Amino acid sequence: MASAPLFPLEARGLTVVLGGHTAIERIDFVLDAGARIAVLGPNGAGKSVLLRVLHGLIAPSAGEVLWAGSAARARDQAMVFQRPVMLRRSALANVEFALAMNGVRGPERRARARDAIERVGLSSLAARSARVLSGGEQQRLALARAWSLRPRVIFLDEPTASLDPAAASEVERVIGEIHAAGTAIVMTTHHLGLARRVADEIVFLHEGRLTERTAVERFFNAPQSPEAARFLKGELPWNKSSPEPSAD
Amino acid sequence: MHDILSSFALALSLIAGGDAELWRIVALSLEVSLASAVFACALGLPLGGLVAVREFPGRRVVIVALNALLGLPSVVVGLVVYLLLSRAGPLGSLGILFTPRAIVLAQTLLVLPIVAALARQFVEDAWHEYREQLTSLGVSAVRAVPTLLWDLRYSLLTVVLAGFGRAASEVGAVMIVGGNIDGVTRVMTTAIALETSKGDLPLALGLGVILLSMVLALNAAAYAIREWSARHHG
Ligand SMILES: Nc1ncnc2c1ncn2[C@@H]1O[C@H](COP(=O)(O)OP(=O)(O)OP(=O)(O)O)[C@@H](O)[C@H]1O
Ligand SMILES: [Mg+2]
Repeated sequence: MASAPLFPLEARGLTVVLGGHTAIERIDFVLDAGARIAVLGPNGAGKSVLLRVLHGLIAPSAGEVLWAGSAARARDQAMVFQRPVMLRRSALANVEFALAMNGVRGPERRARARDAIERVGLSSLAARSARVLSGGEQQRLALARAWSLRPRVIFLDEPTASLDPAAASEVERVIGEIHAAGTAIVMTTHHLGLARRVADEIVFLHEGRLTERTAVERFFNAPQSPEAARFLKGELPWNKSSPEPSAD
Repeated sequence: MHDILSSFALALSLIAGGDAELWRIVALSLEVSLASAVFACALGLPLGGLVAVREFPGRRVVIVALNALLGLPSVVVGLVVYLLLSRAGPLGSLGILFTPRAIVLAQTLLVLPIVAALARQFVEDAWHEYREQLTSLGVSAVRAVPTLLWDLRYSLLTVVLAGFGRAASEVGAVMIVGGNIDGVTRVMTTAIALETSKGDLPLALGLGVILLSMVLALNAAAYAIREWSARHHG
């Protein structure tokens, strides 16, 4: 199982220009094995773009992403998109497809797929066509699909965005299990309570720039950058009324 | 008017009475059209898929050429295949001119651009939507082609049926390379053309009715399948 070294994951001077718009600008960032990081920031701050460029889906316009010093895209990583895409086949078959593409075969493939689906609470829907599942169900299925690959880093783009409170706390529990299995987590979210409970560190983005990276308690009590302070002032009341699984 | 009506009645009685000549023509038509559609899809679907997902120099030229080939004049294809297969031609030694194989070859060439161009369009749209997700799962662009084709199976069925329909209703090329030889290469379209000019309206009308019903049935089937898949697969 243990394969080539992956960590640290480093972003150096990462800049991404999309359609003439600078989505992220000169971001430096290091991620070590087992870390749990929440990327926060307002809509359009560049959170999703940062995750996609780290995951290797878009090439940076400047700067580089290095996995243990190498520019080659690492395989032991997975991502759950803000809007996951499912193939026109059953929920179970979607997970099995991901496993097949990563060289898992035979009975192990079926067993791992079933296990992953069970862990996100979708067993009763395993045979249903994935595309007709609700948004929240698809999001959980995407989490199962990513996790079944047993990645060493998982990028989660708003994993609880369209979930009801019960499903959100279920997903939070799953994220805890993923971390317990030794997987590093990089997650974006607008649920500050979730970030607080799940992450060890907060990375804050504002208009494409990284303004701070701070331990989670410190970030919420005394943010280091004025942008984050303003964000927290504006966002906290909204967050309190949002469907969070537990009160902080 | 009376003539037409009585011809029509005769035509229906040919169909209903299981006229041997009529049904032999229909069977040959179905056979060659089905074979052409299968060959054209076997080549055209992967080809269209690859053009959709791969970046390569001259890609735009290929796409424009594919789309232009959609309007390929059938008689020109017939002429080219004739020249290829004629005794002095490069494939003359095969000796298949004026056989059903020559018809299959001409029809395949006519249907191939349709299948490839439509597949390219469908796969490219899907690739746009699936690209990041599939890449994230470790799927390369080339490996994505069969996955996308399978995911689009219900939409592509319409393409396959369109290809079959075009093959079955082809006349110009088939006349040139098949020759409409009674009992050998006489298919529905060439028979209709010839029997009409000879004045045997009942046979022509009978074949026309069958051809039309076939095309209608195919389109109804394609429509029903798409409706069904939209409900069951989203
Ligand atoms: N393909 C693209 N072309 C042009 N601009 C883009 C593209 N993708 C993203 N952007 C822009 O880059 C900026 C950052 O987008 P991103 O999706 O990373 O925001 P985000 O922080 O994830 O926001 P949200 O909280 O709404 O998910 C936005 O202004 C967006 O409009
Ligand atoms: Mg986003």
